Amino acid sequence: MKYFHLIWSALFRRKTRTVFTLLSVLAAFLLFGLLDSVRTAFANAGGSVAGVDRLITVSKVSFTMALPKSLLPRIEAVPGIAQVSYANWFGGIYQDPKNFFPNEAVAENFLDLYPEWSLSDAERTAFKGTRTGAVVGATLARKFNWKLGDKIPLQATIFPQKDGSNTWTFDLVGIFHAKDPKLEGQENVLFFNWSYFDEASRFRNGSVGWYATKLSDRGRADQVAQAIDRLSADSDHETKTQSEQAFTAALVSQFADIGLIVGAIMGAVFFTLVLLTGNTMAQAVRERVPELAVLKTIGFSNKSVLGLVLSESVLLLVLGGVIGLAVAGVVVGIVRVKLGATVPLARVGGPIWLRGLALMVVIGFIVGVLPAIRGMRLRIVDALSGR
Amino acid sequence: MGVLVEIRKLSKVYERGKERLEVLHHVDLDIEQGDFLALMGPSGSGKTTLLNLIGGLDSPTEGSLTVAGQRIDNLGEGALAKWRAGHVGFVFQFYNLLPMLSARKNVELPLLLTRLSAAQRKRNAGVALDLVGLSERSSHKPGELSGGQQQRVAIARAIVSDPTLLVCDEPTGDLDRNSAEEILRLLQQLNRDHGKTIIMVTHDPKAAEYARHVLHLDKGTLVEQPEALQV
Ligand SMILES: Nc1ncnc2c1ncn2[C@@H]1O[C@H](COP(=O)(O)OP(=O)(O)O)[C@@H](O)[C@H]1O
Ligand SMILES: [Mg+2]
Repeated sequence: MKYFHLIWSALFRRKTRTVFTLLSVLAAFLLFGLLDSVRTAFANAGGSVAGVDRLITVSKVSFTMALPKSLLPRIEAVPGIAQVSYANWFGGIYQDPKNFFPNEAVAENFLDLYPEWSLSDAERTAFKGTRTGAVVGATLARKFNWKLGDKIPLQATIFPQKDGSNTWTFDLVGIFHAKDPKLEGQENVLFFNWSYFDEASRFRNGSVGWYATKLSDRGRADQVAQAIDRLSADSDHETKTQSEQAFTAALVSQFADIGLIVGAIMGAVFFTLVLLTGNTMAQAVRERVPELAVLKTIGFSNKSVLGLVLSESVLLLVLGGVIGLAVAGVVVGIVRVKLGATVPLARVGGPIWLRGLALMVVIGFIVGVLPAIRGMRLRIVDALSGR
Repeated sequence: MGVLVEIRKLSKVYERGKERLEVLHHVDLDIEQGDFLALMGPSGSGKTTLLNLIGGLDSPTEGSLTVAGQRIDNLGEGALAKWRAGHVGFVFQFYNLLPMLSARKNVELPLLLTRLSAAQRKRNAGVALDLVGLSERSSHKPGELSGGQQQRVAIARAIVSDPTLLVCDEPTGDLDRNSAEEILRLLQQLNRDHGKTIIMVTHDPKAAEYARHVLHLDKGTLVEQPEALQV
């Protein structure tokens, strides 16, 4: 487009101002990218599980409701399944609620499903052989300065022991590491033996919080998920089988309407952005009145001037927005690797980019239209004589 | 040579609220093809207004204005813009170059409205800059040029699309004597050697001496018939 250099040079006429405006556009679209990624992750939570190789099965009614342990052999019999394990959320507190970290009662084979965690064979055996044994992620061990052999007391918030005591004391028998250093952020979990939990707990007997299933063929994730849920169809414990991401998303959705929150935040952000960039564009046109008049003198039509100013404003938004979304893509990529399923984030892919680009163009138009009309309407003779 | 610009009973009235200001009153004027006309007169006498009407920047309230056989007094905004692009080159007192563009890009501006390719635009702009003696400054921005040089770039921009008419409003009003003389000699050369018809507003009698004819405007009317100047 032969007018591009005109638009570009007009945009960078005041470098500092344009750079600052670009930064605010960038920040707004960075935020948009992150929030839309969260929103998308939640929106997709109930959706397809295609392509995953691990599934989580929880009660359809509420993930806080337990499932009968009798389901285990039936799930194991579903074709396409390599291994099934199960776990219970414990929710114990170490010394102070501020020290929050996930702690779960897990089946013997639970860690076998998570090859991304490495635990030495000796520690693995010790965990299986110690009734009150617990293993923790290396990050967590570092944080509380725990060593093998330490006793770790947790205050139960949901599950007292049979004798009424709320203190569960575990023997630290293993420390696991993430094989991929990028996953270090996820090394903050404590696991202990489900059998101990089941025996010593006052109210629990023979029920589990959720089943974790490893597939033998990730291409059949959808069919397997449906087959598992069919096992309990029309029973008093209907299940919902989903990906780990979706499970986490469903968990958070219990507490907040993500779509509404994201919408409200973005509304406020874009409203501010419109005011800010609108002001920049109005100023840019105001101080360029004589130059626009010269273009008209030379023979540029009113429509061309309108188009030039509108393009400038759209270019401003697209330039800042594309960089912002690209940064969001990188950030989401890193966070997804580091925190995995603990933070539900969708990849910043095609749909988010499409929505983002549409927003950039629309905001560019909104912001540019008044200054553009002003530029279009200016009378040459008045503008040239500074009237 | 034939008449290029034919002005009949041309009036221009500005209305500001209740105020009604007749800036030009029944102006009759013929400008020959190939003329170099200086328009003089006191400040506020309507020189710029007349020049803007001839250049198609504004429309008269009354009267007719014919340029190269075409009535332009009744053209609409869009048609007038097209007409200007094809027929008029403008030179202003304060150069009015786009500060962000190099000299060559400034000169190329009118060519953006033509069908010329990028290479042709570049070449034509080069020729025009050469004509005003600034080819070696083509990549400089206006801020890096002296006033006289900027005005030469403006002249190159005005002539690059080979307009019928060159219209200059106090082109030397902001320049020192030496630069002013350079500009005036350049205009004279464009008129003599390239046959450009030039209409120049000036309040400087020395500048007017470079023209073939001088006209005086006072309170919106021409006060003398054009007198032949021997240059
Ligand atoms: N757009 C306008 N609106 C109102 N008055 C104008 C306008 N343009 C020019 N005038 C008035 O018309 C008169 C002549 O102006 P102008 O043609 O610029 O004079 P000159 O160029 O001879 O100094 C001045 O009194 C000026 O104030
Ligand atoms: Mg004037």
